[in-house]
Amino acid sequence: MTIIEPTTGTQREVGAARRRKEDQRLITGRTRWSDNIQLPGMLHMAMVRSPYAHAMIRRIDTEQAKALPNVISVLTGKDVAEEQGVIANAWAITTDQKAPAHLPMAVDRVAFAGEVVAVVVARSAAEARDAAELVDVDYTEMPAALDLREAAEDKVLAHPDLGTNKSSFWQLDSAAQGSGGSVDEAIAEARANGIVIEREIRQQRLIPAFMEPRSTVVDPTGEQITMWSSTQVPHIARFLLAATTGTPESKIRVIAPDVGGGFGGKLQTTPEEWITFLAAKRLGKPVKYTETRSESLMSGHHGRDQWQTLTLAATKEGRVTGLKVDVLADMGAYIGLVGGGVPVLGAWMYNAIYKFDSYQFNCTPVLTNKTWVDAYRGAGRPEATYAIERLMDELAVEVGVDPIAIREMNWIKHEEFPFTTVAGMTYDSGNYEAATARAKEIFGYDDLRAEQQKRREQKDPVQLGIGVSTFTEMCGLAPSRVLGQLNYGAGGWEHAEIRMLPTGKVEVITGSSSHGQGHETAWSQIVADRLGIPFDDIEVLHGDTQVSHKGLDTYGSRSLTVGGEALILAADKVIEKARPIAAHLLEAAEGDLEFTDGKFTVRGTEQGMALTEIATAVFAAHNLPDGVEASLDSEATYDPVNFSFPHGTHLCATEVDTETGQVKLRKYVAVDDIGVIVNPMIVAGQVHGGIAQGIAQALWEEAVYDDAGTLVSASFVDYTIPSAADVISFDIDHTTSPSTTNTLGTKGVGEAGTIASTPAVVNAILDALRPLGVSDIEMPCTPHRVWSAIRAAKGGQS
Amino acid sequence: MTRINVNVDGTAYSDEVEPRTLLVHYLREQLGKVGTVVGCDTSNCGSCTVHLDGKSVKACNVLAVQADGREVTTIEGLVKNGELHPVQEAFRECHALQCGFCTPGMIMQTIDLLGDNPQPSEEAIRHGLEGNLCRCTGYHNIVRAVQMAAGQVQAEGSSS
Repeated sequence: MTIIEPTTGTQREVGAARRRKEDQRLITGRTRWSDNIQLPGMLHMAMVRSPYAHAMIRRIDTEQAKALPNVISVLTGKDVAEEQGVIANAWAITTDQKAPAHLPMAVDRVAFAGEVVAVVVARSAAEARDAAELVDVDYTEMPAALDLREAAEDKVLAHPDLGTNKSSFWQLDSAAQGSGGSVDEAIAEARANGIVIEREIRQQRLIPAFMEPRSTVVDPTGEQITMWSSTQVPHIARFLLAATTGTPESKIRVIAPDVGGGFGGKLQTTPEEWITFLAAKRLGKPVKYTETRSESLMSGHHGRDQWQTLTLAATKEGRVTGLKVDVLADMGAYIGLVGGGVPVLGAWMYNAIYKFDSYQFNCTPVLTNKTWVDAYRGAGRPEATYAIERLMDELAVEVGVDPIAIREMNWIKHEEFPFTTVAGMTYDSGNYEAATARAKEIFGYDDLRAEQQKRREQKDPVQLGIGVSTFTEMCGLAPSRVLGQLNYGAGGWEHAEIRMLPTGKVEVITGSSSHGQGHETAWSQIVADRLGIPFDDIEVLHGDTQVSHKGLDTYGSRSLTVGGEALILAADKVIEKARPIAAHLLEAAEGDLEFTDGKFTVRGTEQGMALTEIATAVFAAHNLPDGVEASLDSEATYDPVNFSFPHGTHLCATEVDTETGQVKLRKYVAVDDIGVIVNPMIVAGQVHGGIAQGIAQALWEEAVYDDAGTLVSASFVDYTIPSAADVISFDIDHTTSPSTTNTLGTKGVGEAGTIASTPAVVNAILDALRPLGVSDIEMPCTPHRVWSAIRAAKGGQS
Repeated sequence: MTRINVNVDGTAYSDEVEPRTLLVHYLREQLGKVGTVVGCDTSNCGSCTVHLDGKSVKACNVLAVQADGREVTTIEGLVKNGELHPVQEAFRECHALQCGFCTPGMIMQTIDLLGDNPQPSEEAIRHGLEGNLCRCTGYHNIVRAVQMAAGQVQAEGSSS
């Protein structure tokens, strides 16, 4: 199955299905979630949140709350207006972006239901919550901008002072940037002589729904203020706390201890963190805030929520000549940390694995009075991938060919890499033919097509559908120069450090931190191979700004492709620092030394010295060459030269009951090409979990608001993430075309499954229903929606 | 306040609790048994699953006073003589956890499931774990872990 064998020397660890180092503590309950932290004198905080989507705060009466025993403090936005800082919008995607100031605690006006208006600090969490119930807030309700499309027409303003709900307008045009032709000409030509497919697609609003509710503990005692927080971005949090509150960065330590999932949902700096920081500073005591699940669902940022208007132009034979995309993206009430850039990340992905002549992407982020929207697993790429993969299926139907055939006609051939796309991105490697062939083989594609035909002929009430998704994505955020061109507030490098301890153990420090990805294991494997140190002698440290002093954290499938490369550079520096010392101790010329399997040997002799022995010798420093520092410790910062481009072919078979609308997953095959794999066990887990989240968008999940702007799906009763009984076992495999832009040849896998699976499932449902005249359906494809689509196609009422 | 006597993970405890205190809060805040976690407010997620007199319960759905005079086993009480419980071992072998937040509940529920049905079908496993939510794994490897603990499958590709 492997297309190109990796050629990375003597590998023992990289490629092995090592059991995870982190599991021992996680399976025995020896965990350090933020909410587990107890400190002397620690106080607890509860939030008072707005029940209204848009309202003026007239008066807040805190007297009754303050009168309760054990209540230490009640703070309103007005009380802290001068010192609370702001929540950062780090990605002003255009220089004229309109973004409302986002205060941790609202002062005069609330802009979504769930916004914090006051907090209570008490001796216990229960007392804080009891008192929060007694805070009496007078609101004057204002009209709320709720529906995305209406909001885009500025009928009701989410933030009246901005004068419009349209936050910005961002365009990528292939003719303008010189990466392709004019899309309008392509569409005109296709209208005259070819095929034009037009669709409006709703990307419903989703909620990341990580399992660990967010929790923050701030300890202001001691010289530094220490914050433990359930975050994906401890370094960014530290930087922004300093930048917005005036506390010097050197006086802040942020620790992301065990973090229970993120999926982009913890790629945020939050009002709750800022308020906890403020309360602890004010009171001089440690303060803890842990959200309830309902608070999590209504105030943690949401994902997706777009309307996509698409026009695809093709020749009669099915060769795509152009694609025009107009995206309306619901930002919710505020622009989050990277929310401004998320819908725009899709701009380079609508052309996917295909060769188009022309392309235009237009994006209008729109402010509404709903929970803010920011990164959720895939962040911009799932929306783009869904759109194009749905369109390719429609094109196949128009042309009258198999959906795989239409893709093959348009995709980049493996011999054409590196390939610069119509969007201007250069894909370094890939092999779509190989992944697709392997997926078809595992899936039993031809047999399932035969079964489908039989069921169609028999008019079986349960129809079989086959869904295809041949996706690619861009991983490894990101070359700093590219981010600068996109007006992002930071770079995209990553940092690593290796400390050679005198006892022969090695500490590896990495700037990205794990919240389920298994860094401690995979990083140990990489360093074990590079330095020839036993896997078990390596300790990986992360997620604490005092230990890992530099880093840009975890998101965008970047940890391995960017942080892994930094690790290799740091390891190579260790070897180079050890080399003159080894030469000195072995009384040999440096040029005669070779380093293999953790040992310097004098070429052609048995004479040698292990790196760990050199570390001990450096510690003693009794006999070092002149002018050589007594340390092997090394650090490196790596800025990627390009993104990486994983791809794959996912095939899904669904059985659709045409009488009830029930969709049953029958078979799911994923063949992903993510380049060289460090740990296949961890990779499989990432793919499985990603697939399940993408399936959940297709079939079950949606954040629903009522007409007043209240989140109806604010508990796990109503926001239906799948259980074990809802999904099936998946068949996964890999083909390998190594990335050419990093040493290991890795590409990133954290988001692949989620990006690929949503269109695979919906294409399968529509494939099942095609003979009934159904050619479109809105997600999530609930039984009611499927049943209604069938009835509508029959000419009945939905 | 009400006095309760509870045996948790083999140790007898005697405490005053508010009658409204949930078992999970008693375990976490008064006993420091923070291996058991809270994931939701609606008893949907099962992260807080423990055993009460040997049967799994969601500890957010039981009052501490209801545990009076009874035995509670948490994830922290499974290791015997330094040996992992076979279900813990299976979860690690099969990579049935990523972030690990749902894992204590998932393991406690699996032990209960296999106690009731030592040889469950895949469907029975999936339904038996329906009350425990995981956002990371897609359940694929959790199902494998249950099958491994039941002796139905071997771990794949082990190298350590």
